[in-house]
Amino acid sequence: MIVPTEWALTLSAVLFAIGVVGVLVRRNVIVIFMAIELMLNAVNLSFVALARGRGAVDGQVVVFFVMTVAAAEAAVGLAIIIASFRNRSTVNADELALLRG
Amino acid sequence: MGAALFVVLAVLTVIAALTVVLHPNPVKSALALVTTLFLLAVVFVLLEAQMIAVLQVIVYAGAIMVLFLFVIMLLNLQSDDPERGRRRAVLRALAWAGGALLAVELALLTRGASVDMVSTAPPGYGGAQAVAQSLFTDFVFPFELTSILLLVAVVGAVVLAQKQRRPTLS
Repeated sequence: MIVPTEWALTLSAVLFAIGVVGVLVRRNVIVIFMAIELMLNAVNLSFVALARGRGAVDGQVVVFFVMTVAAAEAAVGLAIIIASFRNRSTVNADELALLRG
Repeated sequence: MGAALFVVLAVLTVIAALTVVLHPNPVKSALALVTTLFLLAVVFVLLEAQMIAVLQVIVYAGAIMVLFLFVIMLLNLQSDDPERGRRRAVLRALAWAGGALLAVELALLTRGASVDMVSTAPPGYGGAQAVAQSLFTDFVFPFELTSILLLVAVVGAVVLAQKQRRPTLS
């Protein structure tokens, strides 16, 4: 095997943690959204690494589904961001507090 | 050779991912995310997932990131103001500490993951035929469900993004 599975899983763990921190520290909704994409990709990486380790292709099919869901999520999420920007003229997560979140 | 290449790619990927999170300008954040996705596609090739690597470049780095950049430029977003204040700084430091802890714990969880791993993949592994074979036999029901999901997403995006019509009743 060219790349040990643990190395790929470690990279995946680091990328996931960076994504979590991105959601926590940034206030721009679009950047928070990009950090979520980062987390999805980290999970994709661990799926691919474990699929390679097991020698079965199932994990790669799951990555295919994750990509589809990410595309749908990006389309709907960005539409929501545009709609809320049109009403409130801001993409700052602190100012979008209508639900007292 | 492959292991050394992986280490270089991993370092570059982490740098690009940190740029996504740290850069104040959203456009440059998005471009850093495109870089991250490309580097991950190369990692996928190293892990013998050629089909997924191609999809990563076309679907993720192509379609989804174009959507992001389009929205950022449509909204004409400027760089975030650096947030000031003691409380903010403490919270940010806490978030980074928690993130580091999470990374270490997740990495520790993966110890011993390669105990029963196969060293050579079967021939044709990771190509379009192998993935499609699995996709259209074992996973055909979830595959059909994703078509409904995409239809719902298209309708939802159109409904959400259109101009608000004033309700005529009451």
